[in-house]
Amino acid sequence: MLTKTSFQGKLEKTEDLFIPFLVAGDPSPSMTIAFALRLQQQGADVLELGVPYSDPLADGPTIQRAARRALDAGMSLRKAIELVPQLRKHGLTIPIVIFTYYNPVLRLGHDQFFDLLEENGVEGVLIPDLPFEESEEIRGQAESKDIEFISLVAPNSEQRIKQIAENAKGFLYCVSTLGVTGGENTMTGESLAFIKKVKEYSPVPVAVGFGVSTNEDVKIVREHADGVIIGSKIIRLIENELDKINSGEKSGALKSFSNSIAELVK
Amino acid sequence: MLQVFPDVKGRFGDFGGKYVPETLMGPLQELEDALDQAMEDQAFHDEYHHVLEEYAGRPTALTYADKISDYLGGAKIYLKREDLNHTGAHKLNNAIGQALLAKRMGKEKIIAETGAGQHGVASATVAAKFGLKCKVFMGEEDIRRQELNVFRMKLLGAEVVSVSSGNGTLKDATNEAIRYWVANCEDHFYLIGSVVGPHPYPRMVRDFQRVIGDESKKQFLEVEQDLPNRIYACVGGGSNAMGMFYPFLEDDAELIGVEAAGRGIDTPEHAATLTKGAPGVIHGSLTYLMQDDNGQITEPYSISAGLDYPGIGPEHAHLFQTKRVRYESITDKEALDALRLLTEREGIIPAIETAHALAQAFKEAGSMSKDETMLINLSGRGDKDMATLMEHFEEEV
Repeated sequence: MLTKTSFQGKLEKTEDLFIPFLVAGDPSPSMTIAFALRLQQQGADVLELGVPYSDPLADGPTIQRAARRALDAGMSLRKAIELVPQLRKHGLTIPIVIFTYYNPVLRLGHDQFFDLLEENGVEGVLIPDLPFEESEEIRGQAESKDIEFISLVAPNSEQRIKQIAENAKGFLYCVSTLGVTGGENTMTGESLAFIKKVKEYSPVPVAVGFGVSTNEDVKIVREHADGVIIGSKIIRLIENELDKINSGEKSGALKSFSNSIAELVK
Repeated sequence: MLQVFPDVKGRFGDFGGKYVPETLMGPLQELEDALDQAMEDQAFHDEYHHVLEEYAGRPTALTYADKISDYLGGAKIYLKREDLNHTGAHKLNNAIGQALLAKRMGKEKIIAETGAGQHGVASATVAAKFGLKCKVFMGEEDIRRQELNVFRMKLLGAEVVSVSSGNGTLKDATNEAIRYWVANCEDHFYLIGSVVGPHPYPRMVRDFQRVIGDESKKQFLEVEQDLPNRIYACVGGGSNAMGMFYPFLEDDAELIGVEAAGRGIDTPEHAATLTKGAPGVIHGSLTYLMQDDNGQITEPYSISAGLDYPGIGPEHAHLFQTKRVRYESITDKEALDALRLLTEREGIIPAIETAHALAQAFKEAGSMSKDETMLINLSGRGDKDMATLMEHFEEEV
């Protein structure tokens, strides 16, 4: 039985979730706001707001490029969190998950990090290099602030699948294939069996990510999981619009971005 | 008791652990299980030591540097000659251990990262020796700087993968090797070259390098009937230092790790991780690292590509925090001066990395008495550094 409400009651859906990923500040904070609003219009249920990092171990070249652009434009963990009230002001109502590697959190300090998340109305947090065994303290802190700590589970998590899934909050991020972000998604019989197993244990919706890049991928994932997470593909769609953005044709860029998203998740 | 580190979570006090994407947790557990079994198997130890003896040429010599000792006028200086190890540095000890483990695990393909190319060469060497396929990740900037080692690796049959992300140096090569391993962990063994990375790597690499300290202790006791008063080693990731220090941790010898101060620790161009860095996570381990106020990892600098790394092994972070090891830093210039001195007085051209340890030891030797002793880990030979040395010394020579 799936939990009906999570993210402080802001997410009531438990299936057919569309969870897009943006890198905060790629290519600028104002464009991140504009892209986020378009994604919401196209049916996004939760926004993963990525904090750019110098050494993103779980990410392939696409997200590395986005992180570089955002870092060059001066983005940081603190600024990304402070972008959340700006997103709200412009009309974003869906829950926001801050996606950050662990080192910036450690540098800021756990307490200050959670205070910032709370002050800025962030509903969730995902730290890809903080596996279950290393996250006990942070999970406790998240719980006490009513912030969802999103866990990841992979096909080779094996006997840990049950433990991770049973403790999942918000939604459970299911890494469909081994590798970094931005690869090819191959939904084999094995990965479908894996998703099924995860769903048996998880009290929260199971969303599949890594390598979801075409409408066919989206359809297959929808059929077997509760949600689809799309990151690198969205970054590539943004990259397609960079020339327009740089030459001042922002509305044209946003329109064509919206159309591509509609096509991707139709 | 120091020897219980790391604990079951892979911690050395506050440091270490496994800060990796979920997809690596399975492979790391598989590695740890295989390592534990191997370490309890006498046949594995016998094979490892047999290869060290009849292939690598161990034990390496302990050399009394009488000319330098007289010249500096203080402590008696001994050198542990890892430069005489096959392929010219201590790196091979670890590569042999991990290659034997890879074979034992049934993994036919190994991947490795390299900066200066010494670990890449060691990995390519063991791959040739044990019939494994080898892929070495190397930053494009390092490929340019270390042309000779790139050719050596290729000659040994390894594939050298050029890494263009970041600044194209060791940090970026390591990122890329980890990313490749994530996607290919089922049939690939990741052969890390230093006491860095997620648990169990720091422990494993230390245990495959402790042969340096074990041999030194025995040799030193034979010639001096006592342990050295001070022991020096250079520290980048810290494998030659950990290998030398570990067997001495519970003895009275003072241990000194020497980092690269580059153009000076008051400039942005250095690699003095413990001296100037702060605790953080790099390449899967909680340790000290060079970073900015926002927790972004910054680029290190040193004349020696082998010390040009923004992190350091977590056990060093622990030994720094508990003050069991004293960490100092040496500039490019001081290292080059020490290299010249050893070359001219003893007829040994050390690697520029090693010259950092020499420089710190030479600074201190004169103020010690003649019945005191010091041991310096001569971690590698300078052949690979000829191009750099020519740039600096050609006019004078």
